[in-house]
Amino acid sequence: MNIQHNTADLNTDTVTNILVVGVGGQGVMTAADVLSQAALALGYDVKKTEVAGMAQRGGVVTSHVRFGKKVLSPSIKPGEADMMIGFEPAEALRWHSHLKPGSVVMVNDYPLIPPVVSIGLFDYPEDPLGQLSDCAVELHRFNAGEAAIELGDRRLVNSIMLGAIADHLPFPPETLESALLKRFQHKGAALVELNRQAFALGRQAFNTTKTMATA
Amino acid sequence: MSATQPAQQDQRQFISGNEAVAQAARDAGCSVASAYPGTPSTEILEFIAAYPQVYTEWSINEKVSLEVAIGASLAGSRALCAMKHVGVNVASDALMTQTLIGAVGGLVLVVADDVGLSSSQNEQDSRYWGRFAHLPILEPSDAQETYAMTRLAFALSEQYEVPVIVRLTTRICHVKGVVTSSPAETYEPKGFTKDPARLVMVPGNAKKRIPLMMARDQVLRQVSEDHPLNYTENGSDQSVGFVTSGAAYFHVKEAYPEAPVLKLGFSHPAPIEKIRAFSTSVDKLVVVEEVEPLLETELRAADVNVYGKDILPRIGELSPSVLAPCISKLMGTPCKDELIPVEELFPRPPTLCVACPHLGIYYCLSHIKNTIISGDIGCYTLGAGHPWNALDTTISMGASLSVAMGIDKGRSEADKNKNVLAVIGDSTFMHMGMQGLLDITYNKGNVTVLLLDNRAVGMTGGQNAPSSGLDIHGEATMQVDFRKLCEALGVKSERIHEVNPYELPTLFKALRSETKVKEPSVIITNQPCVLTERYSQLPPLKVDDDKCTGCSNCLDVGCPAILVTRRETVIKPNGKEKELAFVNIDTAACTGCDLCTNTCAPDAIVPAFNVDKINAIEVK
Repeated sequence: MNIQHNTADLNTDTVTNILVVGVGGQGVMTAADVLSQAALALGYDVKKTEVAGMAQRGGVVTSHVRFGKKVLSPSIKPGEADMMIGFEPAEALRWHSHLKPGSVVMVNDYPLIPPVVSIGLFDYPEDPLGQLSDCAVELHRFNAGEAAIELGDRRLVNSIMLGAIADHLPFPPETLESALLKRFQHKGAALVELNRQAFALGRQAFNTTKTMATA
Repeated sequence: MSATQPAQQDQRQFISGNEAVAQAARDAGCSVASAYPGTPSTEILEFIAAYPQVYTEWSINEKVSLEVAIGASLAGSRALCAMKHVGVNVASDALMTQTLIGAVGGLVLVVADDVGLSSSQNEQDSRYWGRFAHLPILEPSDAQETYAMTRLAFALSEQYEVPVIVRLTTRICHVKGVVTSSPAETYEPKGFTKDPARLVMVPGNAKKRIPLMMARDQVLRQVSEDHPLNYTENGSDQSVGFVTSGAAYFHVKEAYPEAPVLKLGFSHPAPIEKIRAFSTSVDKLVVVEEVEPLLETELRAADVNVYGKDILPRIGELSPSVLAPCISKLMGTPCKDELIPVEELFPRPPTLCVACPHLGIYYCLSHIKNTIISGDIGCYTLGAGHPWNALDTTISMGASLSVAMGIDKGRSEADKNKNVLAVIGDSTFMHMGMQGLLDITYNKGNVTVLLLDNRAVGMTGGQNAPSSGLDIHGEATMQVDFRKLCEALGVKSERIHEVNPYELPTLFKALRSETKVKEPSVIITNQPCVLTERYSQLPPLKVDDDKCTGCSNCLDVGCPAILVTRRETVIKPNGKEKELAFVNIDTAACTGCDLCTNTCAPDAIVPAFNVDKINAIEVK
C-alpha cells in the first residue's frame, strides 16, 4: 500500500475519524491525546472525547479522535471510523460496527481477562480477531503487550501502538512521533528515549504484520 | 460569537470543556473557587487549583461549597462553584435562598450533568434547578463556547445581581477542542456592604425580595429574547428546523447541515417569541434537548407547535446517529444510518483495583450471612457487583447510615434477628454521613458502621479530603481523627475499632463481635487508596502451579490480577460434581498486597521473584 503523506485534507471537508479502544488504565486516553496534538500541530480542527465507563476501574474506554478542516460533533458515527487502534482484542471486536469498510485496524493481541470472565459468569470470545477479520477491514495484529513488558514497562503499549499506526495517518509519522516525545520531555531524557524505542518498535511491527497480511 | 467560528491559528489551545471553565474563571478575575469532586465536573477545580491567584478548596459537600462561593460573592469578589448534577440536590437549600439575595461579585454555578450515567446513581436535568430557582442558564456547546460563556456569566451575574448557572454535560466537560482565549481582566473586589434587608433572609425580608425576583425574571426573559447567544442559522432546506442547545447543537449540525437551526446559548429564560417567529419559517420544528423535555413543554404551553421527546429518546446522550432514524421517521424518508447490530460480547463492568483495600472488606461481607447491608456512593459501591454481591441498597451520598437506621427501625418480625450494616467511605462520611451517625446514636439505632477510610476521594481519582491530611494543593493541613469524631457523635469508645483491611481474620472478628452487640458501633479501616502516592507497593506474587488445587477461593477476593488458566469438572467421592478453576497471577499488575494468600488453603501463592530480583527492583 502506497501511503501519501500530506495535509491536503485541510482544504476539503473530509474529517478523519480514529477510534482508540481498550480497557481503563491502558493509556487509551493518552494515546488519543497524542494523536490529537499531532493533528493540532498541523493546523487541523480537532475534537476528542471519551466514552468511558469508569476509566480507572478496568471498565471499557473508547476515545474518539476527529480532525479535519472543521469538526462538528465529537462522536464518531457507526460505520464512520477510518482507523481503529485496539489495545485489547475483545475491545476491538466490541467496536466493529463503528468501522468503515476498508478501514485500517491495528490491534494489540494481548487479551485482558476481566473478573466477570475469571469467575465464570461470561466467556471471553474464542477468536475475537478472527471474527473482526471477517468484517471488511484491513486488520493488523501483533502482541504489543508482551513487547512492552520486554522493553521494560507494560505502559509502553501506548507508544508501541502509536508507532504501529503512524504510517497510516494522513500526515507524516514524524509529526506523531514528536507529539509523543514532547509528552515525556519534562520527565527526562531516559523516558523520552524509551518511548522513542517503543514507537520505533511499533512501526517495525506494523511492517511485519503488513507482510504477513499480504502473504 | 459563533459556535462554528474557527479559532485563530497562533493562539490555539487544545483543552477540554472543564479546563476551559478554569481558564475562563482565571481570566475573569475570579478569586474564590470551590467544589466537591464528582464526575464529570471534577477536573474543573483541579485546573483552577493550578492558578495561584485563585483561592481553591475541596469542600466537604456541595452545599458547603456553594455557601463558600456565596460568601465570597457577598464580600464583593467573583466566585465560582462547580459540581455534578446530583450535587445541586445537596446544594439546593442554599441555592433557593441565594436566588432571593442575588449576587454582589459575579457568582457562577457550573453544573455538569452526567447524561447517560457513566458514573452516577441517576440521570437528571439540572436545567430544572435554574427554572426552580429563577436563575439564568447558559449552555455552551463546546470548549470554545464554554470559555466565552463562563466569562460572560460573571458579567451577567453582576449586571442583573443574580447567580448564573453554566450548564455542562459529559460531552462538553470531557470533549477536548480548540480554544482561543481572550485577554484576562483585572477584577477589583467591591468589598462587603452591610445590608440586612437584603442579606438576612428572615420571612419579613424575604417576602419583600420575592416581587423583586419576579421582576428580574421579566427582565431576564427580555434579555434572552434579544441576546446574541440565541441566534438563527439559515438553511437551504426548510422542511425541518431545529431548536437546540448544548452538545446537541453539533449533533444536529452534523446530521442536518442543510437545516435551519435556532441555537440557544442563553437557554433560560427561553426566548419564546424568537422561537415562535422561527417556527413559522420551517415546515416542522423539532426541539433537540438533553435530557428532559423542558423547553418543549414550555413551547407547547405557549402554543408553539413543536416535536420533541415524542419522536426523540428521553434517556441517554444524543448523537448524530441517534437523531437520524428519529427525524427520518418524522419526515417519512428512508434512513441511511441504520445501526449495525453489535454481537453479544461479555460485559466489562468497572471493578475494584488490584490490591484495593476494599477487596478484603467485600470478601468478608460476601461470606457473612443473615445481614442486611446498606451501601453508599463511591468506589465501594462496586461491592454490589461480582464476585461479592455484597450490597442490598444504594440511594444517595451519605444515605447508607440513615437508610440502615430506617431498616433497623422498620424491620418486620422476619428480619428481627438480622444484622444491619452500613458501609461508607471516608469522604462520603464527611460529605453527608456524619449526620446519619448522629441520628443513629441519638435515636438508639442498632447499626454497625463500616467506615472505609482510604484517605482519599477514590472514585474520582484520589483527590484529597480532610481524611488525607492534605489540601487541594497537596499541602499539609489537619487530618481528621475518625475515632474521636465518631466518639464525639455519640459512639461509645469501646465500640470503635480500627482495623487493617488486609488482615482478614481481624476483620472477620471485628465484624462478628460488633454485629452481636445491640448498640451503634463503628469499624474503621486504615489503608490508603492504591491510586494515591500514599500507597506503597510490595513485590508481586505468583501461583505455584504444582500446588494449586483449583479450589478457586482466591477468586472470591475479586482482585483483577487473578486469572483463570484452566477449568475442570471432577466427581467427588460422594458422587457430586465439583468445578475446579486453576489460576495464575498477572505478575506485572500484582502489588503484593497478600490478600489472596490469606484465602489460599494449599499455600500455592508465593513471591514471584527470588530475593536477588527483588533487590534489583528496589535498586531500580
